[in-house]
Order: sequence, then structure tokens, then C-alpha cells
Amino acid sequence: MEGFLAATVIAGMPLLFATTGEIITEKSGLLNLGVEGLMLMGAIMGFVAGYETGNPWMGLLGAILAGAAGSLIFAFLTITLRANQVVTGLTLTIFGTGFASFMGKSYVGLVVPQTIKDFFVKIHVPLLGDIPFIGPVFFRQDVFVYFGYFLVVLVSLYFYRTKRGLNLKAVGESAASADASGINVMVYKYVHTCIGGALCALGGAYMSLVMMSVWVENVVAGRGWIAVALVIFASWNPIKAFIGAFLFGGLSILGFRLQSMGIHISQYWVDMLPYAATIVIIILSSRKNKKENQPPADLGIAYFREER
Amino acid sequence: MKKFLAIFLVLALAMTAMAGCGGGAEEPNGNGEAPEDVTTIGFLYIGPVTDGGYNQAQHMGAMAVQEEFGDSVKVLWAENVAEDLQAVKTNAINMIDNGATIVIGTSFGHMDGLEELANEYPDLTFLHFSGYKMNDTNFGNYFGAMEEARYLSGIVAGLTTETNKLGYIAAYPYTEVLIGINSFFLGAKSVNPDVTMNVVYINSWGDAALEQAAAESLLAQNCDVLTQHADTSAAQVAAEKVGAYAVGYNIDNSKVAPGSFLTAPIWHHEAYLVPVIEKIIAGEYVPESYYGTMADGYIGLAPLTDLVSDEAKAEVERVQAEIIAGNYPIFVGPLKDNAGNVVVPEGEAMTAREDIWAMDYVLEGITAMQ
Repeated sequence: MEGFLAATVIAGMPLLFATTGEIITEKSGLLNLGVEGLMLMGAIMGFVAGYETGNPWMGLLGAILAGAAGSLIFAFLTITLRANQVVTGLTLTIFGTGFASFMGKSYVGLVVPQTIKDFFVKIHVPLLGDIPFIGPVFFRQDVFVYFGYFLVVLVSLYFYRTKRGLNLKAVGESAASADASGINVMVYKYVHTCIGGALCALGGAYMSLVMMSVWVENVVAGRGWIAVALVIFASWNPIKAFIGAFLFGGLSILGFRLQSMGIHISQYWVDMLPYAATIVIIILSSRKNKKENQPPADLGIAYFREER
Repeated sequence: MKKFLAIFLVLALAMTAMAGCGGGAEEPNGNGEAPEDVTTIGFLYIGPVTDGGYNQAQHMGAMAVQEEFGDSVKVLWAENVAEDLQAVKTNAINMIDNGATIVIGTSFGHMDGLEELANEYPDLTFLHFSGYKMNDTNFGNYFGAMEEARYLSGIVAGLTTETNKLGYIAAYPYTEVLIGINSFFLGAKSVNPDVTMNVVYINSWGDAALEQAAAESLLAQNCDVLTQHADTSAAQVAAEKVGAYAVGYNIDNSKVAPGSFLTAPIWHHEAYLVPVIEKIIAGEYVPESYYGTMADGYIGLAPLTDLVSDEAKAEVERVQAEIIAGNYPIFVGPLKDNAGNVVVPEGEAMTAREDIWAMDYVLEGITAMQ
């Protein structure tokens, strides 16, 4: 059981990064459906940079830059040129997938250097790692996972305890009002889209550098789309995203854990559960109509200052 | 005047007739077509040719064809061709427009598209890997007795395991996969009667992270030799991390996971493609349903690595020679499925291709969802 839950944390980690990234982006009022593409771009550039330099930090930096660059394209098209966000996001996914395949051609089957493997080795946190049950599940993981926990706390504080977080919310809810109150809407949208993209890319890099430590084509395999669903599941709340990521991650590996325990449930049912859960959550949250569970009011709408 | 008109008409008729004959195989194509003595061959792949597995093995076959025929053959290929009619036909027609006279689909789902194309282009030749449809003139299929190589790799696994538990990561529970599971297990069991095996299905051909998670779940069940019927090397890497062993599939992956890789059952597609393309070029091809074996050189085993014991090497060599000589059937009774029903009675062997390809069970000693 502990083994399964520890594996759940790992399976949930790419989802956690991508979901948190997409939440930040959507909070600024931009619906970026390019998460899958951004994850793949991060996965390949993180791998390339890590492989070529042998330095884990360079790998992470490579992923962050790739994600930021990818979402900068998105930001320019949708914020400045006011292109349709859904179409642009889908295009970004297709672009990112092709980009990763193209860049990865000569890296297929190559293994990350030992220095990176050593850097991401499982670390037993003193004291916390000794707590029965919770220790082995949460606190005997690699450094990337701890960064994931930290990220959730950081983003929550930013959203709910800082002025900038409040400004961000204003930009997403009503860009016109935010603009009128003196917030630089364009800067907020650009910066948060890029940060969001960089986090998605880190999710991808976690898969290529840490989970697989080998470059395989299309390593992300649809997890970007799960992240998009998770944002709704989490109702734009990073703490709920944390729970959701591990829930969805756990469900993705639950099927064959059950199989190898001799419990026979079709994998198709298990695969379906996250999406069924998302639908239920959407129905419930729309019925309750609680303001805090709703998407940012300006989500997906391009802001024209001249139209105020 | 009438005479001139008559001569003109006759000439015009002759021209039309000649043009008519020339159609089809040498369909004029507006852009960058090959000279007449060059045969263009188009390959359709379901995934990228650098996937480190299935498609890479297919592409190695295509490249070997290119090498064998040199300048007299031009190979075209399309990656990520989805298993639907539209994708197959669009890509194939694109190749035909570029001069292809042979089109080869390499995934099961390419079958129906190729069948339609074979009807629409009667002068071209279509080959299909892993399917069952064919016609009498220009559409054939090919596959191989992978159970032979699976069996041999099972011997290696059976002599390597210390916990006597093997782990098998499989894509979907259908015939081809089940044949692989059963033959691998029988190979292991032939040298190690105490061995048992756990199978998990991941319902995907190419999701590396899922394969890895499945591998980890098997390793956690104390399985110390893994193998997979899915497209990536993830299981071998996962096994390496914890000091366990792995048998690959499709191609030799000894460089990806040197700490765990024992061997792999592999395809040598060129062993079929080179002679058949020779025949097609010579105009002697008659559609067939080819089923390659180890004796043909179509199926093989990647070189056994240094992690394999000398005992296992000797046993594999012995059995391999027997299989090639044709006196070592894989599925020999008595065999029971894992519900206890006798599937091959004592004293009998299942050797006919259609019997083997009717398999819908896993054998006794294997734990798997059905």
C-alpha cells in the first residue's frame, strides 16, 4: 500500500506541475490548451540540456526556457494579436509535439548522465521521513517532488496572501476593471502565461529527466490534457490541484496495481474514472454556483483596451 | 484529303492506345518522379521511426532494403500514420503520386485502407504486415512466428530468475500478445518448473511512463525478470534501477539499459522484404500470406549479453538449433489454461498457424486479467 501511494506521488508529479502552471495562466484570463505541447517541449529541451551538459540545473533551466518561449508565442498571438485562444492553444500542442519529435530524433534511447541520476536520487527527509505511513509515501522522494510541494505552498500564498495575487485575480475576472484601477494588464497576462508555460515544461522535464531518464518519443502521452481537466477539477485552486494531481496520478496506475494483486477490474473503467470525476465536479460546482469555484470571468476573452 | 484524315486518325488512335498502356504503373507524376528503372517503395508506419522499438525495427527493414538494392530502389516513408482509412489512403496516394509502385503498411489497422487501394490501383503492389486480408493479384500480407524467439528468451528468463517470478507488461489482451505471453512462459518453464508469471495489461502501445509504472508494480511483487509486449524500453530501465533483469522486444536495446538487458526477440523484416521486392520488380510476385520463422531468418534473438549465464547460453543455442531444424514445436501438450481447462491434450502439439492464432487464454501458472 505504501509502495502504491509512493508511486502515486511520482505519477502525479507531472500533473501537479502542469496543472499549477495552467492555473496560473488561466488566472490571468488566458485559456492555454497548449499544455501537452509545452510539456513535450520542456521534456525534450530539459533532456537535451541535461544530457549535453551533465548538469541537472541546466536541464531544468532548459525546460523552463523552452516552456517560457513556447508560451511566449501563445501570449504574443493571443494577447497582442488577439488571436482565438482555443485555436492557438491547440496549434501550440501540435507544434510542441512535432518540435519534441524533431529535436529528439538523435536522442532516442539515450540515457541521462549519472550526475543527473545522482541529483534526483530519492532523499529520506530526516524526522518527516520517519513518520509512519506518511513518511515513506511523501518524504522519501526525489528533490523535484519536494519542489512540487513547495510550489503548491508558494502559489497558494501568492494567490491568496499578496497584492500581486489579488491584482492577477482582477486581471482574470475583469481585465477592463483591472486596467481602470491602474494594473498593467498586458504585463500581468504576459508574465503569468510565461510562468505557467515554464511550469508545464517542468512537468514534462520531470518525466524525461527523472521518471524515465531515457528519451522516448511522446513521453507525455496525453497527460497535458489530463492537466487541463484537472484545472477544472481543482476549480483554479492550487491546494485542490495538489489533491487532484495525486488522485488522477493514482488512478492512472491503479488498474495494473490491482491486476497484479489479483483483483480484476478492467483498466478501461479505471482509466475512465478521472474524466467521470471531472464531469461530476463540473456539474456539482455549477449547481452550487459558488463564486470561488467558477472560472475567471474573463477566461478566453481577448482584452481590447479600446472597447472598454 | 480523306487519306490524310485516315492516317491522322490511325495515328491518334495508336497514340491513345500507347498512352493507355502506359497508365497505372508508370502513372505520369508531375513532380520529382524517379527515372524508369528505379522502383519506388512507400512504407507507412504507425509511430515515429526512432521509437526504440516496433517502428524502428520496421524502418531498419526498410533501410536494409535500400542498402541491398542501392540506386535501383527509392524508399519513401511516412511516420505517425493513424490506423484509419483516410490517413492510410492520403499517405499512400501521396507516395503513389511520387512514383511509388509498392506500398507497405506496417500496422494492423492499415489493412482496410490498403485493401481499398489494392482495388483502386490494380497495377501497383500492396503488402501488409500483421493483417489477414489479401487478394489474388496485388495485395499480400506477412508476419512471423514470434513465439519461437519468445520461447528462447523465456529460457533465458527462466534460468536468470532467482525469485522464480517473472513479470510481463502487455499492451492489450488479444491473440498476438497472448501467444507471446504463453510462449515466453513455456520457455521459462521448460528450464525452471517452479516459475510463475504475472501479466499486467496497460491498454496502450506506446506510453513509456505507464510501462514504467507497470514495471515498478511488477518489481514490487518480487518479479525479478521482466519483459514487455509494448513499444518502449521503459521496463528495461525500471528493472535496471533496482538491479533486476529484463528481456526486451523488437530491437536490441543493450545500450539503453546495460545493467538489466538480457536479450530480446527481434524482427528481421529485410529477410522477407528483400526477396519479395526482388520478385515484385521482376514481375513474378504472387500474393501470399507469408509467415516467417527463425529458420527463414525472419525472426531472431538479439545477442545474449554478458548478464546471461553460460548454462542459459548453451541451452538457448541447443533449442534454437532444434527450432531451426523444424523439430521443436513450441506448444506441446499437456497444456492447461489458467482456469484449468485442457487446451492442448497430452501427446499432441499445436503447430498449425490457424490453431496458434486462435489462442484466447493464458496458461496455468500465469496470473493475468482476462
